[in-house]
Amino acid sequence: MTTHLSRARNTRLAGLTAATSAVVLVASACGGGSGAAEGAKEFSYLSATENTTVRNALTTLSKNACKKENEAQSLKVETVPQASLDQKLQLLAGQDALPVQFAAGNAPALTNELNSSGKLADLEKELKALGAYEELEPAAISTIKALYNDKLAVLPYEYNIEGIFYNKKIFSDNGITTPATWDALKAAAQKLDKAGVQPFAASGQQGWPITRLVSGYLYRTLGPEAMKAVADGKANLTDPEYVKAAQEIADLGKKGYFGKSVGSIDYDTAMNTFLNGKAGMFYMGSWALASISNPEQNKIGAENVGFMPFPAVSGGKGSIDQYPSNIGLGVTLGAKSFDDKTGAWVTCIAKNYGSTVLEDQGAISGFKVNTEVKDSNEVTTQVRRTIGESKQNVLWFEALFSTKATTISNTSAPGLVTGSMSAQEFMKTVQDALASN
Amino acid sequence: MHRVLGDRRAILILIGPALLVYSLIMLVPMVWSLGYAFTKGNAINGFTGNGVANFERLLTDEAVHEALWFTLKYAVAVTAGQVVAGYLLALLYVFFLKKASALIRTLVFFPVILPTVAVGLLFKQMFQVAPQNGPVNALLEAVGLGSVDWFSDGGNAFWVLILMDVWRSMGFYAVLLFAGLVDIPDEVLESARLDGASGLQTIRHIVLPLSLPVLMSSLIFSINGTLKVFDSVVALTNGGPGNDTTPLTLYMFQTSFTYSDYGYGSAIALLLTVLSLVVSLVVFRLSRRDLTKG
Repeated sequence: MTTHLSRARNTRLAGLTAATSAVVLVASACGGGSGAAEGAKEFSYLSATENTTVRNALTTLSKNACKKENEAQSLKVETVPQASLDQKLQLLAGQDALPVQFAAGNAPALTNELNSSGKLADLEKELKALGAYEELEPAAISTIKALYNDKLAVLPYEYNIEGIFYNKKIFSDNGITTPATWDALKAAAQKLDKAGVQPFAASGQQGWPITRLVSGYLYRTLGPEAMKAVADGKANLTDPEYVKAAQEIADLGKKGYFGKSVGSIDYDTAMNTFLNGKAGMFYMGSWALASISNPEQNKIGAENVGFMPFPAVSGGKGSIDQYPSNIGLGVTLGAKSFDDKTGAWVTCIAKNYGSTVLEDQGAISGFKVNTEVKDSNEVTTQVRRTIGESKQNVLWFEALFSTKATTISNTSAPGLVTGSMSAQEFMKTVQDALASN
Repeated sequence: MHRVLGDRRAILILIGPALLVYSLIMLVPMVWSLGYAFTKGNAINGFTGNGVANFERLLTDEAVHEALWFTLKYAVAVTAGQVVAGYLLALLYVFFLKKASALIRTLVFFPVILPTVAVGLLFKQMFQVAPQNGPVNALLEAVGLGSVDWFSDGGNAFWVLILMDVWRSMGFYAVLLFAGLVDIPDEVLESARLDGASGLQTIRHIVLPLSLPVLMSSLIFSINGTLKVFDSVVALTNGGPGNDTTPLTLYMFQTSFTYSDYGYGSAIALLLTVLSLVVSLVVFRLSRRDLTKG
């Protein structure tokens, strides 16, 4: 009996032990990350799938200028769809498994949170120690500091200004001169619409190409501090002068100036609509120059693309030489994995990235261009000159919003221009999302 | 065998490992999630206690009320659609197509095995209006009705979603109910026919009551599945336009993982759990009544 019992107990114990160890195994398999340990062997880089510019340029560098650094710590690119980026970063940060270098989140809010919890390398200090700080354009540094609580939280792999690209040929065919005021812009749009040309190409699925127009109207009427005032709680989006801006953009939508079903148009479709000559104007950042310079994508020819600032609103406090600028989807480095080898990589990037990305892809970064590069077309020269001359930086609609308010603003934007949401409702929805944090 | 199964220790050894795994991967996270509902914070900055604030927010958050209403609306519409369409198909198989139903059954079942994302993309293309018209809008224009922007309006998007989910799953319910219908003895049907019952009368008085148990199982299956809808919404509308087609599950997902508000996300999860529990209890209570006795 005793033997029987003890055997049963042993069997039970064995069963339980087996089950427990199986569970522990499963749990540990889940818990392990592919993140960087101290002294990472690889220069891992987590990029948003949609952004090809940075990873292509880094791959080029790893084979040429930064070959030595790449041998010491090889570049390994991993991608994640931009929509899932924030979630992935939060989970990796929670497990202390962030890669060496990574896209720092869709909104500056998340980057700031990562920074304040000590997950990000102190780039200003590191770059100064490496003697590479001087390789950054001062304008790019000030843009970054305006967005990230006065800290250099990300590297300026892109440096963009935003404005309206237009089709010169369509404009001249319809006798339109570059509109300098909002009223002239509306008149131009009306003219194009009557001539059977879609006035604006815009992606409602992304949302932000619509809300950028709202903020454009806002900083031209209320001045460059318009969005900062909302972030600081000095103004509400539901204030009449703010609702008026949304109303102006809603009116463009009501007249059908964004084309059919703007809500289901994705980023590439909007871009192709413009680059195939089917739309007169396209509000976009200067990162679009990469597509504009690519003859396979740009069927209207780069010489037919013009760039103008968001027009002035008569009686407004803003000035036409103030441009919204950004550094694209910020890319930053983890604090834990930043060692000498990573430092060598960063130094090499700071010295060579600017010219490589401009030469190969026609894209503008916030790193100095150390090797003379001839611009591939006139519009690139114009944008580079504008960046050089830009007097003051202004903020776009969601620049200082929380992740939640950013998402809600972007997903509600199509409703504003298709008329399923009034200007008042739109602003209230976004304001409520801001207040709920 | 009886001796082995009569021994408590043997039972424990047999079900112990499974119970342990189940507890660790199902019950522990559930309890853990319940705990999170009383906190605020996220994975980056850590969690702090928040009392019942998340539950108070549930009461006042309009987005939750809208998501709850959408979830219920969706669950009722899709359950009705799935079970009714499935039942009609099953009747078609058994009484009309009879032995020749195998091919049709296979074809109707086919969407069940397709990945939801693929079905979502398919329907998106079918109903799209830009950059070019999908088949549905092309057809509408051909008959002179003009194309409709299906996904810019919450109401239209809702019906496309219902249509998609009914199409996707009716084959499954048809097969389930078919199994119930073929179990009805031929003698009973034949005697009804001899007594002069018409087709409809046979269905009303013989087929329906005799297939009621399997019909009830289908309902329970369906309602519990549809309350937890997630993938088809994400694939087709991603909750839009605005938040017009956002069910509780998607709102919970966004709150926890996009807005990194895990505490409130857990509170929403709890609401969803309670909702599923209440609905299941109601359906169970109803199904225990013997409906053949009026």
